[in-house]
Amino acid sequence: MSSQDIPEENLPAAQDADEHAPGTVAVADETNPFADPGLPPHEHRIQDIDERAASRSERTVAFLFTLSMLATAGFIASYVTIPSDKSIYVFPIGHVSAMNFALGLTLGVALFSIGAGAVHWARTLMSDVEIIDERHPIAAEPEVRAKVMADFKQGAKESALGRRKLIRNTMFGALALFPLSGVVLLRDLGPLPGTKLRHTLWSKGKLLVNMNTNEPLRPSDVAVGSLTFAKPEGLEEHDEDFQKEIAKAALMIVRLQPENIKDKQELEWSHEGIVAYSKICTHVGCPISLYEQQTHHVLCPCHQSTFDLSDGARVIFGPAGHALPQLRIGVNDEGYLEALGDFEEPVGPAFWERG
Amino acid sequence: MKKLSARRRHPLAAVVVLLLALAATGGLYAAFAPADKAQADETAQSLAIDEGKKLYAVGCASCHGTGGQGTSDGPSLVGVGAAAVDFQVGTGRMPAQQPGAQIPKKKVIYSQAEIDQLAAYIASLGAGPAIPTKNQVSPEGADIAAGGELFRTNCAQCHNFTGKGGALTHGKYAPSLEGVDPKHIYEAMQTGPQNMPSFPDTTLSTKNKQDIIAYLDAVNGDDTESPGGLELGGLGPVSEGLFGWVFGLGALIAVAVWVAARTAKAKKS
Amino acid sequence: MSTTTTSDSRSREKAPAGERVADWADGRLGIYSLAKANMRKIFPDHWSFMLGEVCLYSFIVIILTGVYLTLFFHPSMNEVEYHGSYVPLQGQLMSEAFNSTMHISFDVRGGLLIRQIHHWAALIFLAGMFVHMMRVFFTGAFRKPREVNWVFGFLLFVLGMFTGFTGYSLPDDLLSGTGVRFMEGAILSVPIVGTYLSFFLFGGEFPGGDFVARFYSVHVLLLPGIMLGLVVGHLILVFYHKHTQFAGPGKTNNNVVGMPLLPVYMAKAGGFFFLVFGVIAAIAAIAQINPIWGIGPYRPDQVSTGAQPDWYMGFSEGLIRVMPGWEINFWGHTLVLGVFIPLIIFPLVLVAIAVYPFIESWVTGDKREHHILDRPRNVPTRTAFGAAWISWYFVLLVGGGNDLWATHFHLSINSITWFVRIAFFVVPVLVFLATKRICLGLQRRDRDKVLHGRESGIIKRLPHGEFIEVHEPLSQDALHTLTAHEQYKPAEIGPTVDENGVERKVNGPERLRAKLSKGFYGEDNQIPKPTVEEYKEITSGHGHH
Repeated sequence: MSSQDIPEENLPAAQDADEHAPGTVAVADETNPFADPGLPPHEHRIQDIDERAASRSERTVAFLFTLSMLATAGFIASYVTIPSDKSIYVFPIGHVSAMNFALGLTLGVALFSIGAGAVHWARTLMSDVEIIDERHPIAAEPEVRAKVMADFKQGAKESALGRRKLIRNTMFGALALFPLSGVVLLRDLGPLPGTKLRHTLWSKGKLLVNMNTNEPLRPSDVAVGSLTFAKPEGLEEHDEDFQKEIAKAALMIVRLQPENIKDKQELEWSHEGIVAYSKICTHVGCPISLYEQQTHHVLCPCHQSTFDLSDGARVIFGPAGHALPQLRIGVNDEGYLEALGDFEEPVGPAFWERG
Repeated sequence: MKKLSARRRHPLAAVVVLLLALAATGGLYAAFAPADKAQADETAQSLAIDEGKKLYAVGCASCHGTGGQGTSDGPSLVGVGAAAVDFQVGTGRMPAQQPGAQIPKKKVIYSQAEIDQLAAYIASLGAGPAIPTKNQVSPEGADIAAGGELFRTNCAQCHNFTGKGGALTHGKYAPSLEGVDPKHIYEAMQTGPQNMPSFPDTTLSTKNKQDIIAYLDAVNGDDTESPGGLELGGLGPVSEGLFGWVFGLGALIAVAVWVAARTAKAKKS
Repeated sequence: MSTTTTSDSRSREKAPAGERVADWADGRLGIYSLAKANMRKIFPDHWSFMLGEVCLYSFIVIILTGVYLTLFFHPSMNEVEYHGSYVPLQGQLMSEAFNSTMHISFDVRGGLLIRQIHHWAALIFLAGMFVHMMRVFFTGAFRKPREVNWVFGFLLFVLGMFTGFTGYSLPDDLLSGTGVRFMEGAILSVPIVGTYLSFFLFGGEFPGGDFVARFYSVHVLLLPGIMLGLVVGHLILVFYHKHTQFAGPGKTNNNVVGMPLLPVYMAKAGGFFFLVFGVIAAIAAIAQINPIWGIGPYRPDQVSTGAQPDWYMGFSEGLIRVMPGWEINFWGHTLVLGVFIPLIIFPLVLVAIAVYPFIESWVTGDKREHHILDRPRNVPTRTAFGAAWISWYFVLLVGGGNDLWATHFHLSINSITWFVRIAFFVVPVLVFLATKRICLGLQRRDRDKVLHGRESGIIKRLPHGEFIEVHEPLSQDALHTLTAHEQYKPAEIGPTVDENGVERKVNGPERLRAKLSKGFYGEDNQIPKPTVEEYKEITSGHGHH
């Protein structure tokens, strides 16, 4: 920020409106029609002049507080009496949990009534005469400022921090270094990445197991236009590292007419038109699987990256930066679909070392 | 039977019963009846095929070709099976009214008997999935929780967690599954209408499909409970955020206006 | 202190019990000096001054309900089978975090209510902070001496977003897990260190078994702790600065006019806490939020359409959705611009609004205290900037919900994405220009009102046959209120040649400042407010129009 002073004339013209001593009720000013007329005189509320209105307000406030007490009693009663699995139909909300509805409403009423009572009390019965409070400049008076500066200088001088440079420098050094211990301690938050992101459970000869039936897939199971998800043989939902492994290994299998496959490598890596692609989006890793069987496009539900499965899963729309990795598949001697190796590139989102 | 009796109150229950009755008595019964009965009903079936062919010539041939071979306006129907016809015509998607990103669900213009005849005709053109039996689409005895897992693996990516629908590319969409006849859900999985992929019995078994239907019935049925109150479309944080802004913050601002407003003054006499 | 004289204490023995307790406390805490300054503190009445209270109270509600939830929540990712009372998940594998959230929702009486209050209060807290911040922005309440409090408030908003995000991720459901996975992808996109950061955050590969526990301590301890400190500081400064007020009769830059803390604001503000809590409780009774039972437990190979974060993260979701997929590969490395650029723009969107007050104060060079609020129309450039920023934010929110816009308005998701890509650059500019024009129009109307009076709607026929509408002159109150605002003159660079003919160097910042100042306050950027002379000329001339 520039500290340079700006010429006086750039500031707003001196405010003639501000000239009245604050708080005084000024009389209409003949010379300045825009002058501050001062606080208007206080007007009474009905409750200020009519005792009956005032006691009406009092009764309203008392009613609200009583209502709150009743609602709290209702809350406790609901808690004790309503079975927690009871469902009721409330128009127009629908079938809801009786417990949640009763507890919420009674709690809401109990609290709202306290608030409404207090506010009504303040608005109608407490004094509504506006009061003026003076402001004082936040910045200290020059004398105070001078005293503080002098004190500080005195203290600094007494510490001799400026003079004894050795103390100063070593102290700064010590203070700067010690947080490093804290940084070092964070090292064990996790292992180093290594090549973990480059490998999945897939390897040569692993069967493609149908996620739905938990059976290995045969080529004849997969019809043109169908969509199937597969996991590598041996990975079970109860396995300890299931989540971590499926996060990389999840596979999407579709079958195209071989003549519809535009990409040469895709055709080579397919089996009779059956292609297997990673289910993990190359953008930020959502399981991408909104497959449109007529267009062969697959859309990511998270950020709408769209890939063309008939053309090497190339990106045709959206924020993903590269095609979905394809898994090379074939058929083993028993006629089951098998992987012919791991993915040749890392699955999922791109990262610095991906290359 | 509890599920069934609950479903009796559904506004479409009468229609469903009527359709089922028609299906049960209609000539097409033979198409999915056990083989030994089929012979007895052979005449009935060929009659249905003939009737279906007539209907087809009037309502479908202009797009799908006179023999179901398909034209530039409509795909070939050879081998799509009775299930596809029952789904497409039974949900009103066919006959299509106008071209667009996607052919929407409409009012059904054929009676179930006519649909069955059409289906019989199309099924006669080439083998394809048959219309599921009543038992196959009943949620009775199915595993709801397994269905939920299957639904999240295979269906939720397009149709949302509990089948509220969602967007696809270029104006296409996965429709909401609310109030869809289980039979049609089954047929859709089996035949993959329009851009939906199919989930044939070889990869999603009949038991799997039944589980999915049972799950949908539990979480997106007429009597599904939304314990916490208004469901807000079941669409997740967007509708919740909108509700929070409009009704939550809106109500609080209204209250704040009241708290800060000046109390009415006594009229000057 | 044992030195209190006995006579003194004896004389107080007869005082009422309350006074004796107060005396006891004063002897140890010095409460009387505190009370002297604050007990009759004046607060001006205006509904928009209560927006901050909405935030404060919803924050308190969040803390209260949050503490309750910690009594039942298990921040663990150990796999368990579900055997609670919700049928459609029976026997499913899930983390303990999800399982315990299910337990809270279905098997703890009132647990669902508290969970819903907690979540609704969080949404309202963030929405309240947004609106409160905009109120402060558009009325210029951030000017000296309140810049520090503006920064405190801004930090609270940002920390609130992250506290919300970590809390939203705790139940380990399919929706929030998808959000966490997005976060992993975003971290991976950071050049050089991204992979390491991700492995350190998740304790290895995603999802690992650690992030729920780590998010938990961040969500319940670290961030709320910092926020609590900031809230206290924010409130102390509000008390210390005294509240701002709108211009009006009797209200000057040197006073504050309103009602005293005791009793009126004690009742109003205290009551308002109960009102806020009551409204949120009622909403939690009526409307369901985050039904994790329908969403299901997290599995990295499953997903649902409509995967969005809570609304306050929606604009970042928009950024990431509309970004083109740029990726650069070189020397065996990948620069994931398609993710990294949005990650950089995300804080910049927020910072854009946060730094504006400092830019404005540099441009005006005004070092005085300001306690009278601006009417937004009287500061057209600021108002236009704020409106443009809101439109920018809103465009991104639209981008973040593009799939729901598509299904609900029958549009193509691709078209919406393209619309947002263009609107991101175009809409703020259009809104800026339009808002500025509207402000100037309103200023002109105010000027006419002051000089010619209010249109009364009465049509009068003059003797020579002309019809005129009678304009009623304004009261002095209104005249004062409409002319109380200050108008800056644009800063000039000043003479570049001094009296000795030596040329002075005009540096870049100075030139920029003069240019900005002209854009803020130059001709055509504000309507000169009526002067006393103009007013007198018109009124004395008996002229109406």
